Amino acid sequence: MVGFIVWVAGPIVASLVFSFSTWNAGGRFRFVGLENYLRMARTDKLFWKSLLVTTYYSLTSIPLTLLFAFAIAVLLNRKVIGISLFRTLLYLPSVAPSVAVAMLWLWLFNPDFGLLNYLLQLVGLPKLLWIHDEVQVIPSFILMNIWRMGGPMVIFLAALQGIPASLYEAAELDGGGWWSKLRYITLPLSTPAFFFNAVMGIISSFQVFNEAYIMTDGGPNNGSLFLVYYVYLNAFRYGRMGYASTLAWALFVVILLLTLFMFRISRNWVYYEAKGR
Amino acid sequence: MRPRASIASIPSRVLSYALLLLVVVLFSLPFVWVLRSSLMSMSEIFQLPPRWIPAPFAWQNYIEAVIVIPFGRYFLNSMVVVMTTLLGSVLTCSLAGFSFSRLRWRGRDTIFVVLLTSLMMPYAVTLIPTFVLWKYLGGINTFMPLVVPSWFGTGVGGVFNIFLLRQFFLTIPFELDEAAYMDGAPPLAVYWFVVMPLSTPVLVAVIVTTFGWAWNDLLSPLVYLIDSNKFTLAIGLAEFNSAYSIQWDLLMAASIIVILPVFALFFALQRFFVQGIVLTGLKG
Repeated sequence: MVGFIVWVAGPIVASLVFSFSTWNAGGRFRFVGLENYLRMARTDKLFWKSLLVTTYYSLTSIPLTLLFAFAIAVLLNRKVIGISLFRTLLYLPSVAPSVAVAMLWLWLFNPDFGLLNYLLQLVGLPKLLWIHDEVQVIPSFILMNIWRMGGPMVIFLAALQGIPASLYEAAELDGGGWWSKLRYITLPLSTPAFFFNAVMGIISSFQVFNEAYIMTDGGPNNGSLFLVYYVYLNAFRYGRMGYASTLAWALFVVILLLTLFMFRISRNWVYYEAKGR
Repeated sequence: MRPRASIASIPSRVLSYALLLLVVVLFSLPFVWVLRSSLMSMSEIFQLPPRWIPAPFAWQNYIEAVIVIPFGRYFLNSMVVVMTTLLGSVLTCSLAGFSFSRLRWRGRDTIFVVLLTSLMMPYAVTLIPTFVLWKYLGGINTFMPLVVPSWFGTGVGGVFNIFLLRQFFLTIPFELDEAAYMDGAPPLAVYWFVVMPLSTPVLVAVIVTTFGWAWNDLLSPLVYLIDSNKFTLAIGLAEFNSAYSIQWDLLMAASIIVILPVFALFFALQRFFVQGIVLTGLKG
């Protein structure tokens, strides 16, 4: 309890106070009311840019990653030779520390000698610049995120294994094919897992930092200026503690709104067994 | 009905197996590529078209990487930080989880909800005031800011761990506690002798994930540590990248060295780990 107050509740309140002040490292603390928030909303183009970048990344990478993880989980959810090896191999990328993963992909993305361009060439496609291009950088990060879909995949697998076999047998008796089984049994019964993964995805994808710091420094041309990285720059490189707190609160509000929105619409598409009865 | 259904599904089975195999190969390729690069000389790495098997195997890359980055130093620092964090986190989070699930006190569930809400609070929000606090306490450039929070049930993954442990503790039959209380055991004894021994799967899950987070933590060491001889491996690797960005062979060898301990732990505990996630992950 004490820990919670000192390390969580205390800093939250303090941060809220900071966000209404100009306070630079070593400088004077001055309360400025809403000035920071106004400045952020009105004149800080980089804030809007980083909000756009972060939102774009989250809202594209979450659906793609979840769909892919779900498809893989469906393929994995059967007894065939080598299945446990497959599971482990597909899960491993998400276990690897993201600092090292960032390094690894920096090399894979290398335009001249990287694996990705080599593969593209093998199938006769033109080379890409990947993270070294303002437009391609976010799709590159998304690709990297899909590679690390082990977490959601395991949750989906758990959900799939919880579906009673009797349901499928009943469907087979009624002459249902694999598509109708997927559409009317597997998919509805996996919606709680989709929901859980989506919420976790929002919380984590809005807080990307390591990749931006190591791989791109927020570039090129601020194309990967993720919000947390922008907060870090303001606080610890430019020494604007007050303004950085303002930005952090803006980030929290965005995450909160999106999460609440997810809970709101979840009533329409998430199927809970208890309700069905 | 049955035989026909299974005959019809043979091609689709083969197809889905092939698809799965393809994905597995694609997903493993990056590791293979990096492993191969880490064992090549620079001139071999830059050969076109690229080769898959290094000739000869340049094992000295690993030795060189360990020397260029003061790896021993960083590894030791990382170990000190991670192990202390792990111990603190497991002890205090499991105590908190125990209290939230098996003890009754006023306001318990309200406080739990508040705690859960703070899961959504970005790390960036609390980072700045915590930094200022440590500045006044004189904790900058020491391991204190990295380690102490975990001894209060917060720090890396703290709240998430409490949540995970609470959910698991709720599945243990309460009759066990009652029997122990009848025999006059204090709550702490129930925690240590009844609940904890029954919670191996979830404890392993907590240990593996917390180890991963602490090992991988880049932001806090970046903010708190100034002296390069205090650096952890994560920040050491990141700094190495900016200093030697063209030395791909060494960089890849170094990355593999950073990945290995986490993989080793994962493989050693894999059985418990997946079980723990499956048992606790979704039940609300």
